[in-house]
Amino acid sequence: MVLMKITFPLQRRVRLAQGLWLLSWLSVLSGGFLFCLGVYLKTELIRRAEIMDYTDIHVVPNILMMVGLASIGTNWFASRVCQDSLDATRFPRWKPFLLGWFAMAVVLCSLLLAAMVLCFALILYFLGNGIRFYRDTDVPGRCFQKETIDRLQMELRCCGNNNYRDWFEVQWISNRYLDFTSKEVKDRVRSNVDGRYLLDGVPFSCCNPASPRPCLHTQLLDRNAHYNFELQTEELNLYNRGCRQALVEYYMGLMNRIGPGVLSVIFMQASVFVSLRYLQTATEGAMALENPEDDSEGYLLEKSIPETIEDCKSQVLTLLKLGPVDPGDAEAPAEDKGAADAATSG
Amino acid sequence: MAVGKVTFTKAEREKLAQLLWLLNWISVLTGVILFSLGLFLRVEIQKRQEVMSDQEILYVPHMLITTGLVACCINFLGGKICYECTDTSKFLRWKLVLLPYIVCTFFFTFCVLVGALMCYSIRNQLEESLFLGLRNAMRYYKDTDTPGRCFLKRTVDLLQMQFQCCGNAGYRDWFHVQWISNRYLDMTSSDVRDRLRSNVEGKYLMDGVPFSCCSTLSPRPCIQQQVTNNSAHYNYRHQTEQLNLWRRGCRQALLDHYTSIMRSIGLIVLLIWLFELLVLTGVRYLQTAMENVLRLGNPDCESDGWILENSLAETARSNFNIIKNLGKCYQVDDDPNINPVS
Repeated sequence: MVLMKITFPLQRRVRLAQGLWLLSWLSVLSGGFLFCLGVYLKTELIRRAEIMDYTDIHVVPNILMMVGLASIGTNWFASRVCQDSLDATRFPRWKPFLLGWFAMAVVLCSLLLAAMVLCFALILYFLGNGIRFYRDTDVPGRCFQKETIDRLQMELRCCGNNNYRDWFEVQWISNRYLDFTSKEVKDRVRSNVDGRYLLDGVPFSCCNPASPRPCLHTQLLDRNAHYNFELQTEELNLYNRGCRQALVEYYMGLMNRIGPGVLSVIFMQASVFVSLRYLQTATEGAMALENPEDDSEGYLLEKSIPETIEDCKSQVLTLLKLGPVDPGDAEAPAEDKGAADAATSG
Repeated sequence: MAVGKVTFTKAEREKLAQLLWLLNWISVLTGVILFSLGLFLRVEIQKRQEVMSDQEILYVPHMLITTGLVACCINFLGGKICYECTDTSKFLRWKLVLLPYIVCTFFFTFCVLVGALMCYSIRNQLEESLFLGLRNAMRYYKDTDTPGRCFLKRTVDLLQMQFQCCGNAGYRDWFHVQWISNRYLDMTSSDVRDRLRSNVEGKYLMDGVPFSCCSTLSPRPCIQQQVTNNSAHYNYRHQTEQLNLWRRGCRQALLDHYTSIMRSIGLIVLLIWLFELLVLTGVRYLQTAMENVLRLGNPDCESDGWILENSLAETARSNFNIIKNLGKCYQVDDDPNINPVS
């Protein structure tokens, strides 16, 4: 029971080889596209690197770049194979490599799928504790945190991790700018366990330019501080979105643009895989015939799936035993020898 | 004394015609480039038209767009003519059109030059327009409830954030303008009433700036209220504090932005003008060479081509005479063929 058998006359074989050659060159281009995609994603991540604690997300663009380069190589190999497939003298030299090629193609496609899944999972974990280090503009390594967070909040139109109230729980004004002789400052610092200066204000970068009113970003919880201002009903004053959600939406948008491209690359690679298998079996079948130009049969698997699995299993087991003699085989020659001895003696 | 006389053999004439055909098609492309440059400039100006007081600056991109379209048409026609000028029989069809075509193209290239020079000379008018436009925008910043002006606040805020600038010439411009609407002022408060009474026009002026003036480069959280009051903030001296607010005025920022765009566009247009002039010269040589061939009668012989048949002074004089005599009617006394009865 051959799996998915198709008859290939000479003309169809030629067409298959030509089509596969074109397809494999298209796949080379898509491999290049994947590589460029990986580079683009990496630069996007490096731009936001200071606010993301989770550096493991770089594995996704690294995988994309690696897979891109590898698929350029493998698809170039596939194009060489199908160029030589119509020439009976040159085709046999590619035969030993074909099994390895199939394995490599499967590995590449699964890596790509894994990268996409990983990306979606990691995005949910990546926004770090950026706002805690907002005030540390004098600490080496963190001095640009303030600028980065301000620019991020203004560009993505967001405020705080989940909303603007996150800023109330963090001391975002450095002690350098606090007058510790003032009573108000001392009261605030004493009012919480950690001795932090917490206030009901947010940085200016949370301000929404679309508000009809000049931005109010200090004393937000004090009803009497601002005339005719109700924090609960005032929706346009500050950005309502949290930056975690904004970043997720931004990267989801990016993925939505990239995702279909990657899926089509996987699909193209799969078609190259199937076509090459058919070409290999059809050409091998044709070379075995008396007249190489006759019809031959191409298939995906020589036996049905369960039988192929059994075959593979037994092959692997034989390899693992590193070639010792099977006890069944050892006994059979002994029995034969015994029978032969009995025959000669008898 | 012909100006720029060159002798052409038959083969050279044909090569010239082919080369000109190619150059004319390249000129069609440069005409498209001119058109798209004009379009780009128009879009850029319209993006910020709310902070520009007059729209007269739009005639620069409009000029570029029109010359671009005209360039495409003229050079398309020129390409067709040059293609057919390779042999004398077809040239006869175009003989009468060619001279007017060359004259028109000459004036057209002059227009391209004018377009290029306009890009460089528009700066003063732009500055004036931006000064008035920004002043009005800052005045109407608070009028978010007035139809036609309700988005001006957002425009100014986004402008100041994007171009990293504050006010017209600097942040102090905001001190002279009431940028907080009366709707949000507590008129019962004595502080507000004092401020309103402190100036002639009854405006609520303060030494504060909108949040969009805040600089992201400052190591310190932004100080936008009581900017000039050193005692209001701890460890703050507004004279030495450089990073707190954006120092540049928006007029200067926008002027720099537009000047750099127009300089690059002007340079490209100048190069296109030089190229057009080159093509025009080639067409003139081809025209005169082909006419001389017809005059000599033998299509295979050598002929001369020139830019002007006589020297510049003589050509100018003869053209001037033609123009002078255009209006005059036929006079019997001046006709040499008629013997006047004396």
